[in-house]
Amino acid sequence: MMKTWRYIRDLVLGLWIVFKRTFTKPVTVQYPEERPYLPPRWRGRIVLTRDPDGEERCVACYLCAVACPVDCIALQATEDPTAHERRYPEFFRINFSRCIYCGYCEDACPTYAIQLVPDFEQSEYARRNMVYEKEDLLISGTGKYHGYNFYRVAGVNIRDKDKGQAEHELPPVDVRSLMP
Amino acid sequence: MIDWSRTALTIVVILGGVLTLAALLVWVERRLLGIWQERYGPNRVGPGGLLQSLADMLKLFTKEDWIPPFADKAVFVLTPAIVVITALMSFAVVPIAPGFVVADLNMGILFFLAMTSLAAYSVIIGGWASNSKFAFLGSLRAIAQLLSYEVFMGLSVMGAVLLAGSFNLSEIVEAQRHLWFVVPQFLGFLGFFMAGLAEAHRTPFDMPEAEAELVAGYHAEYSGMKFGMFFVGEYLSVILLSAMIVILFFGGWLGPWLPPVVWFFLKTSVFIVLIFLIRATWPRVRFDQLLSFGWKVVMPLALINLLVTGGVVLWKAG
Repeated sequence: MMKTWRYIRDLVLGLWIVFKRTFTKPVTVQYPEERPYLPPRWRGRIVLTRDPDGEERCVACYLCAVACPVDCIALQATEDPTAHERRYPEFFRINFSRCIYCGYCEDACPTYAIQLVPDFEQSEYARRNMVYEKEDLLISGTGKYHGYNFYRVAGVNIRDKDKGQAEHELPPVDVRSLMP
Repeated sequence: MIDWSRTALTIVVILGGVLTLAALLVWVERRLLGIWQERYGPNRVGPGGLLQSLADMLKLFTKEDWIPPFADKAVFVLTPAIVVITALMSFAVVPIAPGFVVADLNMGILFFLAMTSLAAYSVIIGGWASNSKFAFLGSLRAIAQLLSYEVFMGLSVMGAVLLAGSFNLSEIVEAQRHLWFVVPQFLGFLGFFMAGLAEAHRTPFDMPEAEAELVAGYHAEYSGMKFGMFFVGEYLSVILLSAMIVILFFGGWLGPWLPPVVWFFLKTSVFIVLIFLIRATWPRVRFDQLLSFGWKVVMPLALINLLVTGGVVLWKAG
């Protein structure tokens, strides 16, 4: 008998609990009108950034292509004798229909060139439009790291900067000298 | 004698009103289920999604009208019509306000019970004509369910009939002027509500359709507007069930201040929403549970209720 009453009470209680939901606000985000908040480090569309001087950051080291678990990054390194005699990618291609947005390329990048930004609206009608070329990837800003310039802090010589001339860098040691 | 133009007008108003309401209820139910599950439900078509049913209807009409090659064609086509026709026929005896009724039969309740029993045929032959296992299992369950609820559905109504001393629905409403029958006939109300839920194939007694296990039960093979007819038929029986509960146990159109039609509409809406709330809350029972509950619990209770009511009525009569 007690059991029966408990069943009945539970049924009615259930109705009441569901009915109370009439007065709560839905959790739905009505997407095209309402946008969800995406944190700055959210892993979305991949961009290639520039350093504060407006030069490409990418030095075409292939580390991102190696790190990529799905092999969606393709690039070709080249060296431009006219500009700074530095390496840069001749082409840089990301197949976003393959990309899994894992962010390994960003982790692997030694120059903060490749970055994932909070944007997921990449729908296309044709699959081939999912393949982004360098001009699609390259943005004019610095992305998440504003002051960083690889060639200014790294001991690599390019035409306008020799070894030892980078920031916080001592002149190169003459290994053949006996003096300390 | 009978004012034909008035009757024709009533038929048109009730037919139009009820069918529009049924279409609207599809949207209302989806919206309410959404709200109770902390989402919005369909809110895109028209203001607040109001025209969702219209869009659904357009879609259903443009679907291919497909009849499975293994089906019994004539019966297969006939079945959806039976659902809607029987449901609409029952509305002929539903008194919405004094004099606002298509046919004020003096055997109104029996007519209603007969029509709901006929509606069960549509489920049974629909499942049979589809000739597929899911539909067949669905109608098998419908038959088992029918055997248990039809009996106590009639019995639980009889208490109200005894108290009113009439089978006429308008007179039953008038007999509740001082006290709604839900008070003396609470058991009858519960029994009728339960039977009505089983009759309309609503949760927790929606075993014949059981989306989760039988795909869609007896109408699994139906597509396009034939499926739409089953769908509308279901909502028609929801309206019918709520209207009958209101008439038999909650004083129909009776109520202070507001006009009778408004009272009837309000009370009916409350029960329609309650049925949706039950859909949102309670799980589906097994059909052997419904059978044993129907035969072992509700049926004896309905009989005792009838016996006691009869005794009281006789004692009062002197």
